[in-house]
Amino acid sequence: MALVLTEEQTMLRDSARGLLADKAPVSHLRQLRDEQSPDGLSRALWQTFAEMGFAGLLVPEAFGGSGLGMVEAGVVMEEIGRNLTPSPFLATAVIAAAALTHGGSAAHQQAYLPAIAAGSLLATLAIDEGAKHRPLHTALQATRAGNGFRLSGSKALVIDGHLADLVIVAARSAGNPGDRDGLTLLLVDAKASGLTIERTAMLDYHNAARLEFDNVEVTSDSVLGELDHGAALLERVLNIGRVAVASELLGVAEGVFARTVAYLKERKQFGRLIGEFQALQHRAAHLYVEIEITRAAVLKAAQALDSDPERAAALVAVAKAKAGSTATLAVQEGVQMHGGMGMTDAFDIGFFMKRARVCQELFGDSNYHAEQLARLKGY
Amino acid sequence: MTDTSSDLDQFRRETRQWLEANCPPEMRRPIESDDEMFWGGRNPSYASEPQRLWFERMRDKGWTVPHWPRQYGGGGLDAERTKILRQEMAAISARQPLMSFGVSMLGPALLKYGTEAQKLEHLPKIARGEIRWCQGYSEPNAGSDLASLQTRAESDGDDFIINGQKIWTSYANYADWIFCLVRTDPTAKKHEGISFILFDMASPGVSTKPILLISGKSPFCETFFDNVRVPKANVVGTINRGWDVAKYLLQHERTMISGMGDRSGGRPLGLLAADSIGTDAQGRLDDPMLRAQIASFEIDEVALSCAAERAIDLAKAGQLHPAFSSAMKYYGTELNKRRHELLMAAGGIDALEWDSDRSQQGAKARAWLRTKANSIEGGTSEVMLGIVAKRILDLPGA
Ligand SMILES: Cc1cc2nc3c(=O)[nH]c(=O)nc-3n(C[C@H](O)[C@H](O)[C@H](O)COP(=O)(O)OP(=O)(O)OC[C@H]3O[C@@H](n4cnc5c(N)ncnc54)[C@H](O)[C@@H]3O)c2cc1C
Ligand SMILES: Cc1cc2nc3c(=O)[nH]c(=O)nc-3n(C[C@H](O)[C@H](O)[C@H](O)COP(=O)(O)OP(=O)(O)OC[C@H]3O[C@@H](n4cnc5c(N)ncnc54)[C@H](O)[C@@H]3O)c2cc1C
Repeated sequence: MALVLTEEQTMLRDSARGLLADKAPVSHLRQLRDEQSPDGLSRALWQTFAEMGFAGLLVPEAFGGSGLGMVEAGVVMEEIGRNLTPSPFLATAVIAAAALTHGGSAAHQQAYLPAIAAGSLLATLAIDEGAKHRPLHTALQATRAGNGFRLSGSKALVIDGHLADLVIVAARSAGNPGDRDGLTLLLVDAKASGLTIERTAMLDYHNAARLEFDNVEVTSDSVLGELDHGAALLERVLNIGRVAVASELLGVAEGVFARTVAYLKERKQFGRLIGEFQALQHRAAHLYVEIEITRAAVLKAAQALDSDPERAAALVAVAKAKAGSTATLAVQEGVQMHGGMGMTDAFDIGFFMKRARVCQELFGDSNYHAEQLARLKGY
Repeated sequence: MTDTSSDLDQFRRETRQWLEANCPPEMRRPIESDDEMFWGGRNPSYASEPQRLWFERMRDKGWTVPHWPRQYGGGGLDAERTKILRQEMAAISARQPLMSFGVSMLGPALLKYGTEAQKLEHLPKIARGEIRWCQGYSEPNAGSDLASLQTRAESDGDDFIINGQKIWTSYANYADWIFCLVRTDPTAKKHEGISFILFDMASPGVSTKPILLISGKSPFCETFFDNVRVPKANVVGTINRGWDVAKYLLQHERTMISGMGDRSGGRPLGLLAADSIGTDAQGRLDDPMLRAQIASFEIDEVALSCAAERAIDLAKAGQLHPAFSSAMKYYGTELNKRRHELLMAAGGIDALEWDSDRSQQGAKARAWLRTKANSIEGGTSEVMLGIVAKRILDLPGA
């Protein structure tokens, strides 16, 4: 498959780019922060997303979506990253939609996918428990009780947790933390009794929550995929999330890079534009190279998930690791090359640094994925 | 007169005993956030009673500035004894009792360039933490190119009348006095018309406006001068030769900033990471990549602290290159940024929270963001490397 966007994908990119630059540039995030928005995002914008077909991008056509793939989702995520737009797109339209599409029963799909495509249902995945992303260490207990399960434990960094109607929970139904067997994904109504959702103020001003499960009861038809053998589905969904976040990181890197290059052409010291100093020229050129290499790796991983998801793992690890380190470099160079200006809240550069930090942690940081790659390659 | 080693041993014993008796346990932990530092000033604010006690005891011995002469409020210690005091403080992780631009920046410049009257007026108040100083160097169009500064000082009898604007002035809104660079000869070449002048921030015509930082705090300001009248007697060094004073002061500032990340007394980074991530069956930090990065960081950290110690000894022996502070500033600040990147990786998800009590109001994240300024303030890393290339390596065109 050619590593270039098709005509349709390019059109999709242009329409996402136009919409976000117009309706949700960085000033949109700043405004949500400054007015301490209870939702942390714009629901009206989400409706527009739905009308333009973005909410149902991954939802099969049979359920009212467009049935597109990760390349298309990545294209939208990249624009989200470039504009730092807070949006349910990642948690609802990518991760939850993928989980339901690949793991849901016909009843699940009928119940939730059309609503996701219509923009009327928000959903999320609850996975992390400790300080770092360690999916196999899932400890949240699912204990059999009557015709279902009781859930107890806690989750952190649940994206849009305080807005979600539906939470997909990774739980341990058998075995011990660290085991691949014994994992189960469960669909939980956010209003279930015993479930406490605490919105956490994050450094990037994007939505996240901590969830406490205190004997939350769910029925047996809440199981998404296979009981006790949810690891494969979980990995597939996480890989989709990883490539989505890698695309967002690529966009973050591009957004901060564009601003930095513009500043090099504008700020004068010593009677010259600072872009005339070779010390800065070379670093900007290096960053350009890193970003282009990252772009290729991210696109390759997205194509692999669309065409051969079973064998995509190594490319996903490469994409997420590379995007994490490239975006980190981009935001660091961005602040440094802006001098004192880059340190001020009034300038947008800091917002990019903050978002990059959170995306780095989401679904495994560069170190996690380097370790995964080494394991996959057998060393 | 040379000391016998037994004199120094005795000084070490006495110092150790005195510190043991006088340094409160609360002051033997590394400073975690800016709020825990004591800055002195006309309206001093103490974060805690132990902080006040520790400051007052050190002040009364002259040990806020142990190496300054006694007549200027210092401890009158020679280089050997100053080093011993520093080592003994480090051994119990004792905090600096006073954070002060007076101590680390202005003091050394006054000792070298000040008149006797200026020294007697200002140094004891710095030593005793009575006056808090800020640094008026940078301007909107004079950052890395500091010598292009435009703030004007026009002669009016025995006074100068100062007009202009500074930016990034750290703690200007809390400072009592400012040491400031002003242009006294607009016709001279840019380095040759600058004077270094001191004045009270309460003077009519001085105003400040805090700037919000990406860490969510406002440690610096825009500072405006509107017809501020300052006696010519407040110029340090020769009129129009302020650049020499400014550069000399910068060397001290850079040495200070280079050491800002020194947390040698604190809990090792690898153990902090293990607290949050856990260990494997062999007791190793359960993140092999991060473990390797931390160990490699620590190698550089230890090497840097050896270099800092050696720089002091080289200076004493008259062998230190005057531009070496730029090399140290570059390395120390890049290292401190790395340290905080690693701390954020170690803290993981928990370190991403911003306002919760659980995260102490986002202390880790805010400290991490603040360190990004280390390689900008006091001269950027690019400027430091430029100085090394030019002054130490003597590269053409640098
Ligand atoms: C293995 C090998 C094979 C080669 N094969 C061929 C060949 O087939 N045909 C051919 O024509 N030539 C060939 N060359 C020559 C090659 O193109 C030159 O060596 C190269 O262009 C550098 O020129 P130079 O050796 O004069 O080094 P210089 O130009 O003197 O460079 C010395 C150093 O200064 C740096 N430098 C120079 N200018 C700048 C600048 N503006 N900014 C920053 N840094 C700078 C360089 O990067 C280098 O590190 C070959 C060289 C090598 C080593
Ligand atoms: C937290 C903080 C506290 C500060 N406190 C004070 C204070 O108390 N008092 C005070 O006077 N100032 C203070 N400063 C200001 C600081 O000294 C300046 O920000 C610094 O000198 C850089 O100037 P600038 O911000 O104008 O950046 P610029 O000079 O505009 O630099 C922009 C970028 O261009 C690069 N650059 C510039 N010239 C060259 C060159 N020749 N070659 C290669 N690269 C170059 C810089 O390295 C930087 O990456 C503070 C700054 C910060 C961030």
